[in-house]
Amino acid sequence: MSNGPGIRDYLAISGVRLVNRLSRLTGRGSGTVAGGRVGLRLAPDLLATASRDRTTVLVSGTNGKTTTTSMIAAGWGGLVTTNATGANMPAGHVAALAESTERRTVLEVDEAWLPTVLAATGPRVVVLLNLSRDQLDRAGEVRQMAERWRGALAHSSGTEVVVANANDPLVVYAAEEATRVVWCDVATTWLADAVSCPKCTTAISHDANSWRCRCGFAKPPAVVTTTGSELVVGGHRVELDLALPGEFNRANAAMALAALDVVGVDLDEAVQRVNAVSNVAGRFSLRQWNGHRLRLLLAKNPAGFAAMLATVPNDVSDVWVAINARVADGRDPSWLFDVPFEELAGHRVFALGDRRLDLATRLDYAGVDYVIVDDESTVPVSSDVTLLLANYTAFSDWLARSSPC
Amino acid sequence: MLRVAVLFPELLGTYGDGGNGVVIAERARRRGYEVELAHVGLGDDVPEAALYLLGGGEDGPQRLAADLLRDSSFASRVGDGAHVVAVCAGLQILGESFCIEGDDQYAGLGLVDVVTRRGAVRSVGELAARVGERMLVGFENHGGRTSLGTDVAPFGKVAKGRGNDGALDGYRTLTIWATYAHGPVLAMNPWFADQVLSSVLDVELEPLATAADLLYASRCAALGF
Ligand SMILES: [Zn+2]
Repeated sequence: MSNGPGIRDYLAISGVRLVNRLSRLTGRGSGTVAGGRVGLRLAPDLLATASRDRTTVLVSGTNGKTTTTSMIAAGWGGLVTTNATGANMPAGHVAALAESTERRTVLEVDEAWLPTVLAATGPRVVVLLNLSRDQLDRAGEVRQMAERWRGALAHSSGTEVVVANANDPLVVYAAEEATRVVWCDVATTWLADAVSCPKCTTAISHDANSWRCRCGFAKPPAVVTTTGSELVVGGHRVELDLALPGEFNRANAAMALAALDVVGVDLDEAVQRVNAVSNVAGRFSLRQWNGHRLRLLLAKNPAGFAAMLATVPNDVSDVWVAINARVADGRDPSWLFDVPFEELAGHRVFALGDRRLDLATRLDYAGVDYVIVDDESTVPVSSDVTLLLANYTAFSDWLARSSPC
Repeated sequence: MLRVAVLFPELLGTYGDGGNGVVIAERARRRGYEVELAHVGLGDDVPEAALYLLGGGEDGPQRLAADLLRDSSFASRVGDGAHVVAVCAGLQILGESFCIEGDDQYAGLGLVDVVTRRGAVRSVGELAARVGERMLVGFENHGGRTSLGTDVAPFGKVAKGRGNDGALDGYRTLTIWATYAHGPVLAMNPWFADQVLSSVLDVELEPLATAADLLYASRCAALGF
């Protein structure tokens, strides 16, 4: 076979575009996955073919993938090929690549698919944000994920630069065998999944700025550091002044900018564009519904919830939390007991969603005031903006039923 | 003072298992008992406690937890009458041996005559088991197949999911409850939490209304019980 795309690949790419268009026209989907599936069936190596001659950045990790991908796309400036709707498996990647010939490409990648997508796309940069427990019933266990990443990076072509979180021992374990790593010292609050060493399972000791195991496994020296709003990338200082809230978004921005630095984007210009990112696929957006003004926050797992709970101001009384356990959420809501809901003591929490009783049980045992809401239309309208924290499908539901303010 | 100790939650606590400690402590406190909920970390000695809780974990951490418990006072404290609720990996650790990393058998604590081997497939999803007149509802996620010795009683009879082997779930001795239903099994089954608490305190308990009653009723209804 020749090196260039063959006739079969052209047909497959056309097929992807056609199916995407049909799926949007018929209103049966956002047109990002169905076409990709068809394309992959017609030409299984389509992801590799469609990635040729591109400068690709892959972004993976348990939390912050969509936001970081969005920051990289915005920070690059101009047109960028990206899977903006978060369709983060190969069918979604193929669909995104079929829609745009722009060579600058940033793809969000599901953790489990990273080894496959890494091999197929030959990226310039791989961003590894963090690893923690997520979707207990299907994602497998988090240490196994770190092991698979490690194997994939150790055996890759070695042409990629890995931008990795130095504060997450599981990420360090995954990345340390890669040919070139840019270690990032960014805020990482959730470490419950890396208390025991991924190499020898004994306890890792943490202090304010570092961590180390007695087997020698330790935090690597970082070249990307953050102190308050100041970010230093390889000696170059820039000021982060994000429109998005929270310390976790500063960590996402730092890693996005580190990736952009690797592909040669001017940092001073990039940071302005990243600072301006204000909502990512509806996350953090202000919406209205039935007279309520709602700030929608997405949190899918314990680490995500811990990060979001830290942003809830003390002076708001009511907080809405919506929990589902559909396939895309993971069917097992046991993870609610890993979320530090005790931090909501002093607030009144409205429990919404399919699994509001699981949530109410958790809140009850956490000593938090709760109201089980069987019918949202009965909740009195508040003059203030109400925070609504929701997991994946609950978030999608609320985004669909509400409208911009 | 009732002391409840959650053992090595960093190693055994994958599926919201810490919830079980919170549930027992809260149900006791709301009935006027003074409770100390201790989390025993790596490097800590196993303290004296009326009730120990063991959760689930991945292979490496499970092996380490078994080693730490073997070298601790845990077995002798259980021998002296302390109670134990063990889920998932915890269930396996208390037995004679369990399987890790492929098909290697690893020695458990030998407190109960049960052996866990690698099952043909991983069992992931809802688990329900009849325990006397009650239904135990929860979730499982494990690859073990556990055989009970002839003198060991199961905890429940499987109605949905796999449990030990598709027919039986867990085991029950005078002071030990073990089930494959992980994480907050005591949160989802208030009757189970009270059975444990009543036995540990050696008192009859009055019912306690919590949101968990609604959750339990709804899960039973959803499963058709
Ligand atoms: Zn170590």
